[in-house]
Amino acid sequence: MLRILHDTKYDFIRWWRVAAGLTIAFIVIGLVALGFERGFNYSVDFTGGTVMQLSFTAAPDVGKLRSALDVGGAKGAELAEFGDAKSYLIRVQGDTSATGAEKASQEVKKAVSSVVGETGFKIDRTEIVGPRVGAELRRGALLAILVSFFVTLLYLAWRFEWRFGLAAIIATGHDILATVAFIAILRLEISLTVVAGLLTVIGYSLNDTIIIFDRVRENLRKNRREPLYETLNRSVNETLPRSVLTHATVLVSTLALLIFAGEVIRPFAWVMAFGVFTGTFSSIYVASPILMYIEHKYPRDLEGKGKGPRPPGAGNTK
Amino acid sequence: MSNLKYRIALIIGLVALSIGALVPRTVIERVKRSDGSIGFDTVKRVPLKRGLDLQGGMHLTLEPDESKAVITDKAGAIDRALKVVRTRIDEFGVAEPVVQRVGNDRIVVELPGIDDPERAAQVVQKSAFLKFQITDKTQSFERVIPRLNSIVKEKKLGVAAPDVRGDSAKKPGLTSLFAGKDTSKKADTAATSTDGPFTRHLQASGVPGMFYVPTTAQAEIDSYLQSADIIAALPPGKDVRWGADSIPNAGKAVRALYVLDSRPIITGEYLTDAKPNQVPIEGTVVEFQLNNEGGRRFKNETGKHVKDYMAIVLDDRVMSAPIIQSAISTRGQITMGGGSLQAASDLALVLRAGALPVPLRIAEVRNIGASLGEDSIRQGMLAGVLAVALIIAILLVYYRFSGFLAVCGLLLYVLYTLAALAGFGAVLTLPGIAGFILSIGIAVDANVLIFERIREEIVHGKTVRTAIEEGFRHAMPAIVDTSVSTALTAAVLYQYGTGPVKGFAVTLLAGITASLFTGVFVVRTFYLIWLSRNKTAQALSI
Repeated sequence: MLRILHDTKYDFIRWWRVAAGLTIAFIVIGLVALGFERGFNYSVDFTGGTVMQLSFTAAPDVGKLRSALDVGGAKGAELAEFGDAKSYLIRVQGDTSATGAEKASQEVKKAVSSVVGETGFKIDRTEIVGPRVGAELRRGALLAILVSFFVTLLYLAWRFEWRFGLAAIIATGHDILATVAFIAILRLEISLTVVAGLLTVIGYSLNDTIIIFDRVRENLRKNRREPLYETLNRSVNETLPRSVLTHATVLVSTLALLIFAGEVIRPFAWVMAFGVFTGTFSSIYVASPILMYIEHKYPRDLEGKGKGPRPPGAGNTK
Repeated sequence: MSNLKYRIALIIGLVALSIGALVPRTVIERVKRSDGSIGFDTVKRVPLKRGLDLQGGMHLTLEPDESKAVITDKAGAIDRALKVVRTRIDEFGVAEPVVQRVGNDRIVVELPGIDDPERAAQVVQKSAFLKFQITDKTQSFERVIPRLNSIVKEKKLGVAAPDVRGDSAKKPGLTSLFAGKDTSKKADTAATSTDGPFTRHLQASGVPGMFYVPTTAQAEIDSYLQSADIIAALPPGKDVRWGADSIPNAGKAVRALYVLDSRPIITGEYLTDAKPNQVPIEGTVVEFQLNNEGGRRFKNETGKHVKDYMAIVLDDRVMSAPIIQSAISTRGQITMGGGSLQAASDLALVLRAGALPVPLRIAEVRNIGASLGEDSIRQGMLAGVLAVALIIAILLVYYRFSGFLAVCGLLLYVLYTLAALAGFGAVLTLPGIAGFILSIGIAVDANVLIFERIREEIVHGKTVRTAIEEGFRHAMPAIVDTSVSTALTAAVLYQYGTGPVKGFAVTLLAGITASLFTGVFVVRTFYLIWLSRNKTAQALSI
């Protein structure tokens, strides 16, 4: 039997103050970065506007392209390399009336062909989002985050005792904040796919918390007199091999996406990769200390007359 | 034992079903042939639908343009518009187009493999409202020109317009109007004070109700014609419309401006057929035919207006204004001038499909080139194969024989998930592929949870058989909880997501279901098979 981290006795919880300091610092850095950048880097999905992905037959002169865009009707167009030196992404925002945006794509086409000729480039992708659609997508994304938050809260409340549920929710809230800080620091573009990534991170992180709490619940039943501090540490240690292995496989999938799946999916892969870390971190250092704090404030009835943790589903009473 | 047989039967049955759902099959579908024509052909392919971002194509969202017209019965209008758009798209020639209503007032058009997105957008968006109107014979517009000039001056409408001279425009004579631009200076010096943009730029054409405007001044005049003050001063019961194209006149490019009787003598609703043609003198034309009732009306009206000019107005642009020589009944033609045959055939197409009941505006366009889609598939496959290979390596090295069972389960997982996607007709998108690869990583979690439990039980000195049983039993609550919470997130994404994100949610949901089944049921069955063959097993390779 090849075992890693078997039967460990690390005192994880002891470091919770340090961990809290680190994560708060990270979130603050993210928020400060957000302030400097004047808000998020939203994609046209949310702002409305035009984005075009062009591939050139040869690496173009960026300065010339930029000035041609400025002279033409596509003023304020942003030009950014996309993957390699032959692919560029052009974003036109500002004039977001649908017809204006349509015109913008034609202006971009005109300006670019004035630099490299009509055969010198190919339009791989055009996305034009009108202002109304942009506003709706924005609302939809926000609603999706709120609803999924609320639905998981309900599920946790039903499956776990409220102390566990509350701790798990706070940990999830932390994950959202930390991921948002990460997005701000890396200046990732927030598109629909990135929002989907954020929601996946929430689900994944919740998984991790549930697995540790499931073990805590079990250990509490086995040994009612043990202080919660000990139980938490023991549970984290007992689930450590599982955590390491699962995170390894998910990280492998995510890194494969990050490295090989192309530029379009990369922001999503970044968010997921970070999510693996913050999910692991928050289960140990956010959910657990908070559970301890709640326990301290509202101590459980130790004699346990129907007040103990609820049994999790069928077939587990042994 | 019989229990085990049922388990095996269920797994094998599902495998057979999955393979059945995934084998390349011959389907009859509309395809674009190499010569560009469209028709029904038999194709052999794996029945997994690829989203537009993978096969290339165009996604269009249309909404009623309320800035152009007041729409009273929006839902009904959208329903009718949907039919028109669908007819047009069917005739436009795209393999497997999607035209559907989304929400209350949106039409989504998906055109896979389209190579000329701008043309497609035009065909879909064109109102194609055809009217026949008689040009104004009463000189009503000429009479209001002085008034229009002074409105421009009073309201300072033309601030950006170059040089509005003459500050004492009073009663301009019609002579200066008809004298045209060159003589307006003379008129000015002659103190007839007939100045103002309408006098300067409008030139009589010889046809009643038709003027020439130099193309250089068109934008300026047009901006005046949009202003509310000018509109209020226009003669009642008349429409002012631009010609469709600029035409040469006395060595200069001019655009025709028409003044028409508002009441159309007939509209396109009586049209039964339209087809493009090229004729020697007029060039490209669209010939149309009216039904009997339309023909009767048309004959009646044109009979009354012999020697008048009849403007053929399409979407508020005058295509041509021929003189009526004699009563016309069911046949007619629209002259396209120098337009290409393709433009004529597009126009014929939209005329046949009927007019849009509401003007539509493009709310969203997403157009992906086919080569980009191929790149995405290639990259996604590469990432997927690599991820699976690495995960298999981790499982085999760490869990040995049990890891091998998990790998078998994982392969079934991949098969089941793909089959479920094909079976439910889900659309595979790029985020969908990403979600699938991610779900492979997460699917392993169930196995890991169970194996770690079995190890613990073995360490506690249980027999192999009991350890396996206990391991599965203890791992169950955590597996169920995690699956349900992820499924909830996926369901929310499905509900609120659009397009590719929906694709992501679907693959995630299919993945969770399949992983629950393979992780818990399939791998357990593998263990049972192994146990039934090694009844005295003392050690488990885990």
